[in-house]
Amino acid sequence: MMTNLNISADPQGNPVRLIDPLLSVAGLSKRYRSGDALAVEDVNFTLGNGEILALLGPSGCGKTTTLRMIAGFETPDAGEIHLHGKRVTQLPPQQRRIGIVFQDYALFPHMSLGENVAFAMRHIAKAKRSAKAREWLDLVGLADLSARMPDELSGGQQQRVALARTLAAEPELVLLDEPFSNLDAALRESTRKEVRRLFKAAGTSVILVTHDQAEALSFADQVGVMHSGRLLQMDRPECIYQTPATSFIAEFLGHTNLLEGEADGEIAQTALGPVAINHHHQGPVRLSLRPEHLALSAAPDDNGATIVEREFRGHDCYYLLEHHGQRFCAITPSHILWKIGEQVRLEPQRTATILRD
Amino acid sequence: MTRTNSITLHSQPASRWPRLLPRNVPLHILLPSLVVAATMLVPLFYLVLRAFEADSATLVDLVFRPRNLQLLINTLALAAGVVVLTTVMAFPLAWLVTRTNIRFKRALTIMGVIPLAVPGYVMAYALIGLGGNYGVLAQLTGIQLPRIQGYVGATLALSLYTFPYLFLNLRTALSGLDGNLEESARSLGYSQGEILRKVTLPHLMPSLMAGWLVITLYVLGDFGAVALMRYEAFSYAIYTQYSGAFDRIYAAWLAIMLLVVAASFVMLDSLVLKRKLARVGTGVARPLRPTPLGKARWLAWPYLIVLFGISIGLPVMILGYWLLLAPPDMSFFARVPGTFLRSAGAALPAALLAAALALPLAFLTVRYRSPISTLVERSAYIGYAIPPLALGLSMVFFSLRTAPFLYQTLALLIITWAMASLALAMGPIRNSLLQTRPSMEQAAHSLGHGPVSTFIYVIFPRLRRGILAGVVLVFVLCMKELPITFMLAPTGYTTLAVTVFTRTSEGMLAEAAPFAAAIVVFSSLSVGLLLTKEGK
Repeated sequence: MMTNLNISADPQGNPVRLIDPLLSVAGLSKRYRSGDALAVEDVNFTLGNGEILALLGPSGCGKTTTLRMIAGFETPDAGEIHLHGKRVTQLPPQQRRIGIVFQDYALFPHMSLGENVAFAMRHIAKAKRSAKAREWLDLVGLADLSARMPDELSGGQQQRVALARTLAAEPELVLLDEPFSNLDAALRESTRKEVRRLFKAAGTSVILVTHDQAEALSFADQVGVMHSGRLLQMDRPECIYQTPATSFIAEFLGHTNLLEGEADGEIAQTALGPVAINHHHQGPVRLSLRPEHLALSAAPDDNGATIVEREFRGHDCYYLLEHHGQRFCAITPSHILWKIGEQVRLEPQRTATILRD
Repeated sequence: MTRTNSITLHSQPASRWPRLLPRNVPLHILLPSLVVAATMLVPLFYLVLRAFEADSATLVDLVFRPRNLQLLINTLALAAGVVVLTTVMAFPLAWLVTRTNIRFKRALTIMGVIPLAVPGYVMAYALIGLGGNYGVLAQLTGIQLPRIQGYVGATLALSLYTFPYLFLNLRTALSGLDGNLEESARSLGYSQGEILRKVTLPHLMPSLMAGWLVITLYVLGDFGAVALMRYEAFSYAIYTQYSGAFDRIYAAWLAIMLLVVAASFVMLDSLVLKRKLARVGTGVARPLRPTPLGKARWLAWPYLIVLFGISIGLPVMILGYWLLLAPPDMSFFARVPGTFLRSAGAALPAALLAAALALPLAFLTVRYRSPISTLVERSAYIGYAIPPLALGLSMVFFSLRTAPFLYQTLALLIITWAMASLALAMGPIRNSLLQTRPSMEQAAHSLGHGPVSTFIYVIFPRLRRGILAGVVLVFVLCMKELPITFMLAPTGYTTLAVTVFTRTSEGMLAEAAPFAAAIVVFSSLSVGLLLTKEGK
C-alpha cells in the first residue's frame, strides 16, 4: 500500500489525496535545560497508515529527541502528538501502543528469545504466548533459537529478535532508532531490505531515525531532513533528492554543485552558462545541480574545465573539475574515462533546483 | 512539502538555572525519596536543638576547648592509619583473586568478607587478650608481646574488620576492568609498573575512594573497639560525656564536630570523583586473562595466611580459648537461640527496610539526575555518617518529644538501624542499576508494561544481586550493632551484641563467648550466602 502524506500539494504542484493520518505531530518543541538551545524546534508533520518515514540529519539535530517524544520517553515543552486522532502527548509510553527498537536492541539478558518476545504479548492469554512467540520469531527466521539467551546471538540476530519483540506487541506505529548502525556494512544492506519487506508485507507504519542518507533514501516512503532542531523539508525520497529546499539539504543528501546565478524566466545565467531552472523566477538565485546531471565532453577549445581529481567507483566515476577558479563535481558512467589534467566541456543535462537560501 | 519554521514557543521561562528536578519523576519514586531525606534530617535537627540549649558563654567555652583539637587530631590519625592499613590488606587480596591464577579463589573471597561479621569489641578483646604478661600468647607459648592498646590497638582492630569493605569494592572494580585498556597500553610500549600507575590505578580510584569513604565514616563512628582500646577519639569522648560526665550539651557539640568531619570527607570524595571514567567506544569490554603467579606465590600464600590468621583465626581462637578454659554453664548456651532470634528479628526487618528505601533513592539518583536528586542521595549518608551514639540519642529525644508512642518500641529500633545503614544498602543497589541500561525499562514500557510489571519482570531480576548484597551488608552490621541498641531497644530486648558487650565489660569473657560465636557464625553464613549467589 503506497500512500502519500503530503498535506496539500507536492513540489510539482500535483494535487494529492488528503488521507486520514495515523500520526500527526504539531508544533513539537523541547529544550533540555533552560538556557540551552532548543533541541527540537516547532516540528510539524503527519504520517499516513502503512507509511515509512525516515528522519534524517546529522548527530545532534534533534531527530532522536523527536522520536523519544513520540514514544513518550521525553515530555515536549510545547506541541501536540495525535495518534489516530487521539491526543497522546500526556500518555505514559506503556499506554501509547507505539513500539520502539533501540539502537542497542535492549533485549532482556535474563530472558530467552522466546521469553523476550512473549513479554510483549500482554494482550494475549498466558497459555498461548509461547506458541505465538515462536510464530513471531519464525517471521524473522529465528524460531529454532527460541530457547537461546540473547548473549548467544550475533548482532544481526539480536536486531531481528528486537524487531520481532516490538512487532509482537502489535503496535500502531513502530519507531526505529538507528537500528542498523550496529551492524557491519555487508549485513546492514541485506537486513535493511529484509526489514523493509517485512514492514511492507505487514502494512506497518514506521518512523526511522538515521544519519545515513543512503539508508533514508532506500528505506523510506518519506524522508524528513532535520537540522539544529528543525524539520527543514519532508517529501518522497526522489523529490527531496531532486528538489532540495536549502543548500544544507542538497549537500546532506549527496554531492552537489551549488551555483550562484541570475534568473530570467525559466533560465538562469551561471558560471556554467545558461542553465534551465525548476520554476519561473527573476533576479539572483542560488541553484543546486547534482553531479550526475552534468555531462562531460571533449573541449573544442582551451576554455573548458580541467579535471583535478578522479575517483573510479566501479559503476561510475566521480570527477572534481576546475573552471575559471571555481570547482565543480560530476559523476559519469564509467565506460568513458577522462584523465587528470584533461580539458573537458561541462554541460548541464537537467534543470537545476532553486534553493531557498 | 516544505515548511517555514517560525518560533512559536508558548512557555519558556528564560532562566539560566538547570531544572532542579526533572518533571517526569514518577511519584512512587519521588515520594519515598523525599520521606527518606526528611527522616535523615530529624536526628540533625534534634542534635542542633540540644547543642544550642546552652547559653552563649558556655557555648564558646565548649566549642573552643583545646581538648577538641586533640580529639580531632586523634580521630584523623586513627582514620588515616586505618585507611592505609586496610589498603595494604585489601589491595593484594583483591588483586590475587581477580587477576592471578591463584587457587581456591572462591574460598579466599569468602574468607576476605567474613571479618565483616566479627564485632569490633570482639576483635578488640581478642587483640587485648593476645598480648601482655597474662595474655593468651604468653600463656600458650611463653612469648611475651607488649599489651596491644591505644592508637596501635585501635588501628589494628578497626582495620581487621573493615578491610572487607575495601576488598569488595576493589574486587568488583578489578574484575570489571576492560582488558583491552591494559593490553593496548602494553602494545604502546608501557611496562607493567607504568600500566599499573597510569592505567589501572586511575580506573580503580572511584572504587578506592568509595571504600575509603565507607571505612573512614565507620572509623569516625565506631565505638566498641575504640572504647576497649581506650583511645581518645571523638566517639569515645562522646560516650564518656553521655554515660560518665552526663554533659549532654558538650556531647552534642562533639557529635556535631564529628559530623562536620564526616561531611567534609563525603564532600572531598565527590570533589575528587568529578572526573568521569566512562567507557568510550562501542566495543564489548573483555576481561583480562589471569596472570600466572609463578614464584610470586611464595610471597602470596604467607601473606594470605597472616591476613586470615589474624582477621579470622585470632577472634575464633580467643573465643575457643575462653570456651575451653572456663566452659560456661550449659544454661548460657540454652539462652543463645532466644537471644539470636531477638537479634535477627530486628536485624532482618531493618535490612529489608533499608533495601526497600534504597531502591527509590537509587532510581532517583541514577535515572533522574538533577541537583535535587544529588542532595537527596547525599542525605542517605547522613544516617551512616552520624556517629551511632549521637544518632541513637537524637532518636531518643525525637521520640520523647514528638512521638512518645514510638519510644522504646521495636519499630523505632528497626527504623533507626535502617537509617544508620541505608548508605551500605545504597552502594550495591546503585551499582547494579548503573549497569542496567535505561533502554531496558523503556523497551518494557513501549511493549505496554506499566511500572509495576516492568519492575517485577525486568528491573528486579537485574537488581537481585545488588539487593541481596545490600540486605546482607545491613543485616551483618545490625547483628553486631551496639550503641543504638543500647539506647533504643525495648526494655528486656537483649540482643547478642548487647549480651556480649555487657558480659565482656564485666570481665565474664567465657560467658560472652557463646553469644559472640553465634554472631560470628550466623553473620559469616549470610556473607557466604551472598557470595555463592553472586557467581551465577
